[in-house]
Amino acid sequence: MTLFDRLTAARAAGDMAGLAAAIPYAGWMGMAPEATTGELLTRMRFDPMLIGNTRLPALHGGTLGALLEMAAIFHLLWETENAALPRIINITVDYLRSGRPVDTLAKATVTRLGRRVANVAVSAWQEDRNRPVASAQLHFLVTPPAG
Amino acid sequence: MTEKPARTLFEQLPPGSEALFQQLFSDTIPHNKALGTVVTGARKGGASMRLDWREDLVGNPETGVIHGGAITALLDSCSGMAVATMLTEPRPFATLDLRIDYVRPATPGKPVLADAECIRMTTNVAFTRAIAHQGDPADPVASSAGTFMLATKGEPPESQSVGVLPAERATGDAP
Repeated sequence: MTLFDRLTAARAAGDMAGLAAAIPYAGWMGMAPEATTGELLTRMRFDPMLIGNTRLPALHGGTLGALLEMAAIFHLLWETENAALPRIINITVDYLRSGRPVDTLAKATVTRLGRRVANVAVSAWQEDRNRPVASAQLHFLVTPPAG
Repeated sequence: MTEKPARTLFEQLPPGSEALFQQLFSDTIPHNKALGTVVTGARKGGASMRLDWREDLVGNPETGVIHGGAITALLDSCSGMAVATMLTEPRPFATLDLRIDYVRPATPGKPVLADAECIRMTTNVAFTRAIAHQGDPADPVASSAGTFMLATKGEPPESQSVGVLPAERATGDAP
């Protein structure tokens, strides 16, 4: 079963955990999509290995960037009918607040989905959605890989 | 401009201080340690790091290509280290923004090498450029532009602090 078949099966079965299980890095980082509130969110469970500054303490900026990217990928996989894994072109992350050592949630919004490129905006927060810790703009190629 | 620029803390370190930076930027930062990043070089205004390929960093199990998120963390850390080499006094700092272009997929099984430089240091903001490659800097995997906010004295950074120099660790107090 190819990765895309696994993803299609997971999507058809409404099995979001299956979506995360297909991507090793998501599992290692403790990231998984969830839809408990009726919208697709991606959660990064707090783990001490996500810390970048032990004195504050604060999450490593790279982990927040990674969460924003993963949230965009899960969103594209789950909410669109694309026949290929989205391939990231670029990401621009704004770091807004220190990430505290708790779970972080992220919500992606597709600004535009074209035949070749998807423009996605993502926001990440912890306890208060109105106080985001980071946000990002991303572009993905959504065409099948050449060759 | 006749004023002689202040010596950076990095310049005051004894030669061969890569080991110190390795300790500071990989061993004492839990996420860098988890990723297994290795500091491979440090000079005034520049830094290099290596990230070895590993199964659990893979973003696409069919191709074995490492996930962009791991490269984001590598470039963020390496850029932060380049900023640290430019400090003239101990000051925490934090990433303000980071833009990364993923130029090509990283070849599976091969380490990813990051080279970062701090191109300008101002009172409040440091500007960085970095590339990630796999041995040939002319054939990059990713390229990035970042900005970092420098904390004012006695005030914690507003965002993620990626690193401080040893003096700061010895004397600083997080509130």
